[in-house]
Amino acid sequence: MELTLWTYEGPPHIGAMRIASSMKGLHYVLHAPQGDTYADLLFTMIERRGTRPPVTYTTFQARDLGGDTAELVKSHIHEAVERFKPEALLVGESCTAELIQDQPGALAKGMGLNLPIISLELPAYSKKENWGAAETFYQLVRGLLKDLSEDNFSERTSSWKVESRRPRVNLLGPSLLGFRCRDDVLEIQKILGEHGIDVNVVAPLGSTPNDLMRIPKADANVCLYPEIAESTCNWLERNFKMPFTTIVPIGVNATKDFLKELHNLLDLEMPCSIKEENQSRLPWYSKSVDSNYLTGKRVFIFGDGTHVLSAARIANEELGFEVVGMGTYSREMARRVRASAKELGLEALITNDYLEVEEAIKESAPELVLGTQMERHSAKRLGVPCAVISTPMHVQDVPARYSPQMGWEGANVIFDDWVHPLMMGLEEHLIGMFRHDFEFTDGHQSHLGHLGGHSAQSELTTPQATQQAENDFSSENWPTWTPEGKSELAKIPFFVRGKVRRNTESYARQIGCKEINGETLLDAKAHFSR
Amino acid sequence: MSGSTLLKETGPREVFCGLTSIVWLHRRMPDAFFLVVGSRTCAHLIQSAAGVMIFAEPRFGTAILEERDLAGLADAHEELDRVVKNLLKRRPEIRTLFLVGSCPSEVIKIDLSRAAERLNTQFQGKVTVINYSGSGIETTFTQGEDGALKALIPLLPSSTKQQLLLVGTLANPVEDRLKTIFKRLGIQNIDSFPPRQSTELPSIGTGTKVLLAQPYLTDTARELKNRGAEIIQAPFPLGVQGSTLWIEAAANAFNVNKSLIDSTLEPLIIRAQKALKPYIEKLSGKKLFLLPESQLEIPLARFLHNECGMQLVEVGVPYLNREMMKSELDLLPENTRIVEGQHVEKQLDRVRANQPDLVVCGMGLANPLEAEGISTKWSIEMVFSPIHGIDQSSDLAELFARPLHRHNLLTQKTLETV
Repeated sequence: MELTLWTYEGPPHIGAMRIASSMKGLHYVLHAPQGDTYADLLFTMIERRGTRPPVTYTTFQARDLGGDTAELVKSHIHEAVERFKPEALLVGESCTAELIQDQPGALAKGMGLNLPIISLELPAYSKKENWGAAETFYQLVRGLLKDLSEDNFSERTSSWKVESRRPRVNLLGPSLLGFRCRDDVLEIQKILGEHGIDVNVVAPLGSTPNDLMRIPKADANVCLYPEIAESTCNWLERNFKMPFTTIVPIGVNATKDFLKELHNLLDLEMPCSIKEENQSRLPWYSKSVDSNYLTGKRVFIFGDGTHVLSAARIANEELGFEVVGMGTYSREMARRVRASAKELGLEALITNDYLEVEEAIKESAPELVLGTQMERHSAKRLGVPCAVISTPMHVQDVPARYSPQMGWEGANVIFDDWVHPLMMGLEEHLIGMFRHDFEFTDGHQSHLGHLGGHSAQSELTTPQATQQAENDFSSENWPTWTPEGKSELAKIPFFVRGKVRRNTESYARQIGCKEINGETLLDAKAHFSR
Repeated sequence: MSGSTLLKETGPREVFCGLTSIVWLHRRMPDAFFLVVGSRTCAHLIQSAAGVMIFAEPRFGTAILEERDLAGLADAHEELDRVVKNLLKRRPEIRTLFLVGSCPSEVIKIDLSRAAERLNTQFQGKVTVINYSGSGIETTFTQGEDGALKALIPLLPSSTKQQLLLVGTLANPVEDRLKTIFKRLGIQNIDSFPPRQSTELPSIGTGTKVLLAQPYLTDTARELKNRGAEIIQAPFPLGVQGSTLWIEAAANAFNVNKSLIDSTLEPLIIRAQKALKPYIEKLSGKKLFLLPESQLEIPLARFLHNECGMQLVEVGVPYLNREMMKSELDLLPENTRIVEGQHVEKQLDRVRANQPDLVVCGMGLANPLEAEGISTKWSIEMVFSPIHGIDQSSDLAELFARPLHRHNLLTQKTLETV
């Protein structure tokens, strides 16, 4: 039993709903009690969908449990097929139905219906949403394609040359309730078009079961979101010898690497007419003089595996930030996130517990948090700017405007989304210069209202802040702080002040110093900078 | 009994389960914690219904069952004890812990009453542990509050004191206002249930007259009756008519003389009717379709028809308790079509066929209907907004007038640009 207050991921059948709702011509009969229909609002409210998810819930009640719930399942399947006339049917169960073991998938297959039926077994007591989405997509693709003869699809990497046509790929993984998938697909399609690569099938987003049947007609698969599509890509590689990309094109460098990888898979030469460095504004914006102040900004990253890995690379290579903490709730991606963290000299935080993440944020004293809606709220409480980079998301993370994360335009969007919560360089510089002027004593806020401007005075002049500071200082017996030491500490930017205070006190204890003054503070700084 | 047409329908339902009521119950009693014993689905449901995670550490949570808990029940109890101990260590301010049963805990028959008993012994009065079920197989939406209140009743002290007890969660300012009105009528002892602190429970006994503020408290009313209380028959305090009859019913039960009732209520009624007027103009003649969800559908339909002049196409209710609803049904117009239960697909077919001007429905259905050009109002808003009492009538009407007003605003603009 695990105590959960807020959760990053829903149960696995929500993942199945994401696949079903992303597609057309597919219907999902979900054996589930009344109440589980709440899931519809994820799609109609967060994604603002104007259509209901294609899901029929059996909504059994306690009084049904004494009777024949299997009959109930069958009548709902019958009605759903009749009413919605899907090309294919998903049949599965939610956590409660799993316990009563009606085996709705087997029931459906015994009904003699004339359409493909995919039975889903998604263990609700051990797996979660993203796993459920990946498993559903895999079972669906496998269920529809397993009877196709493999022989027709051998020697595929060269077939576009043999058939003297443009190479074509499938884009696999984009789904509803994924982060900015709608726009990522458009961006990647556009880039591939410029490189002379056609898109065969995009799935699950916007496809039909019949479209999935055409997947093997492509030369390679682009695995856009490994959380959702990697197991499917693996199966397609094994069974149809379709290679797939492993690099997720988020960030300028990753997009370049992705294109190289894909051209290699397709045995296609990179066009020399396209100047990659001119495709995105991010490199120049990052190089321009205003961005000097971004240097070494401390950033904490948490989210799903894909977006965290990409964000760490962008922060480190393209914006010159210092990554001071990173982690993921995607256990399936833990190994990769750990490896990436290790390269940055960090230990990755792999957890489902948002309070643990909040503690880690506090501990690492970042200047910017890149996270999910959970971290946005934590950061708000801590007074640290935050940009949302991953699910779980809220209605505000589905913007009306075109705002991909992938490709060249994605890099532009990322530059804006991450940098705007921070104060802009010239503004910060001027505030730093003038912060001791009387006009600034009431504290200066950035244009987005986050606590910016490290006006030391302003923070300690309010009675509450002073009281808070006094309490902080009296919390331990020794070492104590001299008035001069306190005033020097107060000049340190608020977001690292806590850490500096802890470090200085532990240094003072180490050397047996009972009273901390300005000099001790500098000594400690020198000590820890080694 | 009026001549409403009462129909029953079965099929796929689109309603919340009783766990959802935790979203307002935990705010009513800030010293209580609601611990759902359930699955990740339960946690995800409450989180989604609550909207955003405003609170760092909300006073509700889920003890999520995992595979090893399902293996043997002895483990589940030990695990629950461990989770509760950790929780209470972290939250020492909690005085009452509700263990809330869910679909999975009911199906695998985890005996939460036994767990509550055991934990009560362990915490020796520092924290009171009680249990109820909010599972979807047994309860819908607001029925969760019924379960929670019923579970508190054995803890109420006995007393034969003459008092008026308001039962059902109301917004605090609304409750204060209603109490002020009852005091003006000379009713001195007024208490409310649930209380604002879980430890300040009202007393109950033969001198208690219960006035139900919410229409979904069937079990609670029965248990209060068993403790000797008298249940005052009245419609529910929505709109001028309902609120006036509701207050009068209580006043009559306390033998308040008629002239005092009239002189107290009349100015309020006149003012409320004046405030209602602009909304009546917007709502009058418009067709209304209520889908089942909060159990407030019948009182709302009565208000929107009788006072705002809306036409009732269909009034859906998750379940119909005729005894509880008697006074309301009497006030409805002849031949009102009331449908108990749901077949969501067939009901939506009827919505489309009738093309109502406004549909009251759950959040899952609102945008799809809006996309079809039908204005909607979320029923969940009714359980969060201060809508009870004579003074709130115009605010209540405004909730329904706003979507229509907005629809007109946007439509006109669109026409201008064409």
